[in-house]
Amino acid sequence: MTAFLWRYSPLFLIAAAWEIAPRSGMLDAALLPPFSEVMAAMARLIIDPGLYVHAAASLMREIAGLGLAVVVGVGLGIVMAWYAPVRILVNPLVRCIYPMPKSALIPVMIMWLGLGHLAKIGLIFMGCLLPVIVSSYNAARGVETVLIWSAQNAGASRREILTEIVLPASMPEILSGVRTALALSFVLLVSSEFLMAREGLGYMIAFLGEGGIYDAMFATVLLVSGIGFAADRAYLAFTRRALAWRA
Amino acid sequence: MEPRMSASGLAGASLRLLAASGSVIALLVGWEALARSDVVSDFLLPQFTVVASRIAEDTLSGTLPVQLGLTLWRALAGFALAGVIGVGIGVMMARNKAAAWFFDPIVSIGFPAPKIAFLPVFILWFGLFDLSKILMTAFAAIFPVIVATAAGTEGVDKYIVWSARNAGASGRNILYEIILPAALPQIITGLQVALPISLIVTIVSEMVMGGEGLGGTMMVAARFADSVGVFAGIVQIAIAGYVLIKAIELVRRRLLVWHQETQQIATF
Repeated sequence: MTAFLWRYSPLFLIAAAWEIAPRSGMLDAALLPPFSEVMAAMARLIIDPGLYVHAAASLMREIAGLGLAVVVGVGLGIVMAWYAPVRILVNPLVRCIYPMPKSALIPVMIMWLGLGHLAKIGLIFMGCLLPVIVSSYNAARGVETVLIWSAQNAGASRREILTEIVLPASMPEILSGVRTALALSFVLLVSSEFLMAREGLGYMIAFLGEGGIYDAMFATVLLVSGIGFAADRAYLAFTRRALAWRA
Repeated sequence: MEPRMSASGLAGASLRLLAASGSVIALLVGWEALARSDVVSDFLLPQFTVVASRIAEDTLSGTLPVQLGLTLWRALAGFALAGVIGVGIGVMMARNKAAAWFFDPIVSIGFPAPKIAFLPVFILWFGLFDLSKILMTAFAAIFPVIVATAAGTEGVDKYIVWSARNAGASGRNILYEIILPAALPQIITGLQVALPISLIVTIVSEMVMGGEGLGGTMMVAARFADSVGVFAGIVQIAIAGYVLIKAIELVRRRLLVWHQETQQIATF
C-alpha cells in the first residue's frame, strides 16, 4: 500500500498544483477549473444516468468494431501465412494500405454508413483490421520450422498443424498486435464521436466543451482516459492468464 | 514455415516488385470496374480514373501541394517536438531517480490512454490554429518515444559506460558518445511508433478544428457530399503516410549502418 502510494504520489502533486494554480490566479480558472470542481463535476456525472447512456453507446461500438476486426484479422493473417496464393495476392495490398493514417477513413464511413452506430463500428473495424492482420501474419510466419517438421513427422494433418501448432505458437505476437489495435480503437472511437455523433463519450466531451461547461468537460476527458487505461490493464491481465501455459 | 525466398537475388527482388505492383494494379482495376458497374452508385464509390484526374487537377492548380504542406508541417512539427522532448524525458527517467519517480506514473497512465480525448482541451487552451494542432499531435505522440527511450537507455551495457568513465570521459561525453548511440535502435523504434500516431492525430485535429490541410479538406468534401473529393483525400493521405513510413525506415537503416541489425536486415 505504501509502495503504491509512493509510486503514484506524483499524481497527487499534480492534482495539488491543478487545484492551486487556478485558485491563486496563476492560471485563468475559465481555462482550467480547479481540480476539486472537476472532481465535483465527475461525481455529478457518475450519479447521472445520462452518462451511462453515452458510455453504453461507446462501449457497444468499441466491442463490435474491435471484436469483428480481431476475428476477421486473425483469420486473414493466418490464412495469408499458410496459403501461398493468398499471400502473394493479399500481402502487397496489406503492405501498401497498412501505413495509411486510419483517421482518413472517417469521412468515407460517414458517406457509406451515415451518422449512426454502423459508421463507428465500420471505422473501428477497418482501422483495426490491418494491424491485427499484420501481427497475425508475422506471428504465423515466424513459427519455428522445427516445430512444424516434427509435427509432420509425427503424422499430424495440415489442419492439426494449424490448430495445434501454428495457432498456439503465434498467440503471444497475435495478442500483442491486438493490444495495439485496442489502443487504436479508442482513438478512432473518440475521434469519430467528436465528428459525427449524437451520443457517446466523445460526443459528450465535444458537447460540454462547446457549451462552455468546462468542469464537466475536464471530468469526462479524465474519465475517458481512465477507461482507456483500465481497458489496457485489463487486457494485459487477460494476456498473462491466456499465456500462462508458456511459463 | 517455408524458407524465405532468397531475398538478396536480383531476380527475387524484381519478382516481388512485380507481384506487389501487380496486386496494387489489380486493386485499382477492381475499384474502377466496381465503380463502373451498377452495383454501387457513383456517390458511394466514384471511379478511380475520376478520382485520379481530380488529384491531378488539384496538383496542377496548386491546391493539393498547399494542403499537403499544411498537414505535413503540422504532423512533422508535432512529431519533432514529441521526439526531442520525449527522448529528453526518457533519458532523464533512466538516469535520474527523481525524474523516474515523477514521470513513471504519468507515463504508465498516459501511454495507453486515448490522448485524442484531450482535443477539446487543446482547443480551449490554444485556439483553433496551427499551435493547438501541433501541440495536440506532440502530446499524443510523445508517450511511445519516452517509453522506448527509457527502456533503451536503461538497457545500455553498464560495462561500456564504466570503461568510458574509466577512460576519463565526462558525463556529457558518456551521454552523447555512449548512451544515446547504444540506445538509438530502441529510440528509433519509438519514433517509428510515434510517426503514424502524429499523422492520425493531425488529420483528426484538422477534421475537428478545420483550418484546411488534407483532413480539413476531406471533411469539407464529406459535408458537401463531394465523394470524389473524399476519395481523392483518402488516396493522398494514404500516399503521404506510405512515403513518410518508408522514409523513416530509410533513416533507420542509414543511422544504424554500424549496427548488426542492418547487416542482417530482412526485406519482406
